[in-house]
Amino acid sequence: MVIFLARRIGASIVLLFVTSLVTFLLLSLSGQDVGRQLLGLNASQAAIDAKNAALGVDRPILVQYGDWLTRALRGDLGRSWFSSEYVTTAIAGRLPVTLSLMVGVTLVTAVVGYLLGVWAGIRRGAVDRFVQIFSVAGYALPGFLVTIVIVIVFAVQLRWFPAIGYIPITQSFSGWLSTITLPAISLSIAAVAGIAQQVRSSVIEVARSDYIRTLATRGLPHRNILFRHVLRNASAPALTVLGMQFVGLLGGAVIVEQIFGLPGIGSMAIQYTTQGDIPIIMGLVMLSAIGVVIVNLLVDLGIGWLLPKARTS
Amino acid sequence: MTQQATVPTEEPRVADAAAVKAPSVLGALLSRPLALTAAIVLVLIVLVVVCAPLLAPFGPNDAIPKNAFQGPQPGHPLGFDTAGRDVLARLLYGGQNTLGGAVIALLVALVIGVPTGLLAGYYGGWFDSASGWVTNFVMSLPAMIVLLASRAVLGPTVWVLMIVLGFLVAPSFYRLVRGAVAAVRNELYVDAARVSGLPDWRIIGRHILTVVRAPVIIQIALVAGIAIGLQAGLEFIGIGSGNTPTWGAMLNEAFNNFNRAPLLLVWPGVALGLTSAALVLLASGIRDALDDRSGEMRRVTRRERATLAAGRASERSAIAGDGRGALLSIRGLKVAYRKPTGPDVEVVHGVDLDVAPGQIVGLVGESGSGKSQTAFSALGILPEGGYVAGGSILIQGEEVIDVEPSTAAARRRALGYVPQEPMSNLDPSFTIGSQLSEPLRVRSRRGPRLTKAQAKARVLELLAAVEIADPERVYASYPHEISGGMAQRVLIAGALSTDPDLIIADEPTTALDVTVQAEVLGILRRLRDERGVGVLIVTHNLGVIADLCDRVAVMNDGRIVERGETETLLLSPTEDYTRRLVAAVPDADVVREPWQPRAATKEIA
Repeated sequence: MVIFLARRIGASIVLLFVTSLVTFLLLSLSGQDVGRQLLGLNASQAAIDAKNAALGVDRPILVQYGDWLTRALRGDLGRSWFSSEYVTTAIAGRLPVTLSLMVGVTLVTAVVGYLLGVWAGIRRGAVDRFVQIFSVAGYALPGFLVTIVIVIVFAVQLRWFPAIGYIPITQSFSGWLSTITLPAISLSIAAVAGIAQQVRSSVIEVARSDYIRTLATRGLPHRNILFRHVLRNASAPALTVLGMQFVGLLGGAVIVEQIFGLPGIGSMAIQYTTQGDIPIIMGLVMLSAIGVVIVNLLVDLGIGWLLPKARTS
Repeated sequence: MTQQATVPTEEPRVADAAAVKAPSVLGALLSRPLALTAAIVLVLIVLVVVCAPLLAPFGPNDAIPKNAFQGPQPGHPLGFDTAGRDVLARLLYGGQNTLGGAVIALLVALVIGVPTGLLAGYYGGWFDSASGWVTNFVMSLPAMIVLLASRAVLGPTVWVLMIVLGFLVAPSFYRLVRGAVAAVRNELYVDAARVSGLPDWRIIGRHILTVVRAPVIIQIALVAGIAIGLQAGLEFIGIGSGNTPTWGAMLNEAFNNFNRAPLLLVWPGVALGLTSAALVLLASGIRDALDDRSGEMRRVTRRERATLAAGRASERSAIAGDGRGALLSIRGLKVAYRKPTGPDVEVVHGVDLDVAPGQIVGLVGESGSGKSQTAFSALGILPEGGYVAGGSILIQGEEVIDVEPSTAAARRRALGYVPQEPMSNLDPSFTIGSQLSEPLRVRSRRGPRLTKAQAKARVLELLAAVEIADPERVYASYPHEISGGMAQRVLIAGALSTDPDLIIADEPTTALDVTVQAEVLGILRRLRDERGVGVLIVTHNLGVIADLCDRVAVMNDGRIVERGETETLLLSPTEDYTRRLVAAVPDADVVREPWQPRAATKEIA
């Protein structure tokens, strides 16, 4: 297990390195004249050159990357070109919003999706058909379309929740809850559908497996078979899907934060990519890559814990 | 071997295998009304959108400012948008851009994903590992962030973003194709094609593409849905190509003006939802139809169950009570299976079988003869959809058919089950010791349940009894850490753990190699001799029967065609079927002899 983990961490570091290099090179391909953008069309060429030299963008790309990398390893991601804000500060100010949204959605998804899936897989019949229809519907409609409907029904028509805005949890818990509920529900629907569907089919598959049948012939009560053996073996694929969904949620968060006006990483990404603020974009890409790496490691650990065979591979 | 010999052969049936592996997508579509409807809706949407210039009398950007926010008028059936442009025209031309974007993403993904998947799956090697690494890399990138970043580089053109999206989803096709190809690469019919000298490109074209066709079509529908949703989502949050009409941009405009003209939201919303839903329904419909396991089995209604039970009860009253085996007695057993459509299929048509204490009885027949179904009925483990349609099964003189489930389960505790395939019958998530001792700690047939320490001692004892040299090590091992032969001994120990009076072994040696086979049979014989248990052994191997059994019953097509003392039956079979079965074995006295080794050597030389 330790070797397995060490190998995964090693691979993750390589992955982060490759991501940073590829992203940096691709972003530099745009060949935009930052100095001109910052100082405006009327600025003198000398002033622009001076600005570019100050930002360091007049150097060869690989030198720039080396510089970025050595700073990044010390935890310094540079400053925004346009607002001069430190990238780490800018991200740190917005991360709690997105992170609380994503973690909340993932927890809700895990619990609700798992219960629905297990229920459908064991009971079959009407419950199963409901979960099937719900999961196809949750998957079939684009997430933002569902979000639009939710906003119109619960914020515009019923006025139960604000349609837009964010209140930090430090300011008012009830305020925070009222601003975060609709975004969280919007993001949860498809995710719950995906998990429920996965859990349902693995529960059915494991319940039909040879070893469950054999255990049943040894007089093991139904309860033990279900809770110890079926659920444990059916949980690993669900965990994999949950991990993939967490990564996908990042994309959903971008749209949902924009719709609900939440000051998180997603709306930040839209704002700064529109400007072409490379230090910030690099910071966001690395942040999400690190997030993905951490989630994948957690999923691997969880699967290793659930399935002994996975520990050796 | 005579032409008629029907002991299962291991020969590859080339045509059959190919037929099974290449399911018809069209057939699948026609068998599912919902998927068919979705397909028709999609075709209609595409047709309407492609014919936009013919159907829409106005251009998508022809604006008449004074008509802004106006409702439907003659010639403008859907009214006007916020700038006085015709909604219908924008919807149709917008569809061209929205669907066109998805098509671009799909083409890029297919062109990259499918050929690389084919090559990696078929040839493996360095290309496989390299592309696997790239795939993992791309899949671990958050798509939305990459799209936004590439927008910073490439500019706000949705078409370009769709190409990027194509790169990002290509791995899903790569994985799908690679997996499917790697799975069939070593199938016998592909081997046969290779041996017969077909060039690789012919094999890939003829055998392998047919295998991946259906999953790729399903994936295309899903990816198209994702691409449309993502593109519209980007347009909706205002990251689009400015003035170009798209459904996402129309939604954006309508959402911002919701209070003034809520209806503007409806048309692009419906168009998008309908397209997206049709794609997903199409995909899941095809998948369900191809994967018949997910087909919903018709349930046995309460009334049907009562009728069946009443029928079985009246049948049982007619069964004579005398001459029934003291340990296991089966009379008139019928087993039937439910089908998703159509009437149930009966696979066992009235079987009688007896086992006395201390007796080893063989049930022999080819695969599909119903011998395993008979054993499963006694054990109460018929697969989903299977049920006992008639007859009686007594275990130690007590009925287990049509009694309370708990009563039947209690009576069946006299049985121990040794399954066919050792590896798949051990729970991979628990140690051998844990899964063998669990039943002992929950309940015990004789005496109180055992404590943890007692259960462990008992399991170690059982492992030693099945001739495992190092019980402590096996006790602590997970199933994947032991060999197949070892696993089969563990399963025999598992069957013994409940202290049964009858062991039912279903093909206990088929999955093992020859030396281990003989040892496993030896263990079963010794258990009978030492503990006096009865054994019912289900097999297609007459060698096993000759080696082990006191009595034998021959089964064919759901019926027992002949039964008797093993020696008498094997030496002078009376039934034609039994004669053919015996004739099909090169030498009935040997468990398994190498098959005509001299002839083979001659051919090679």
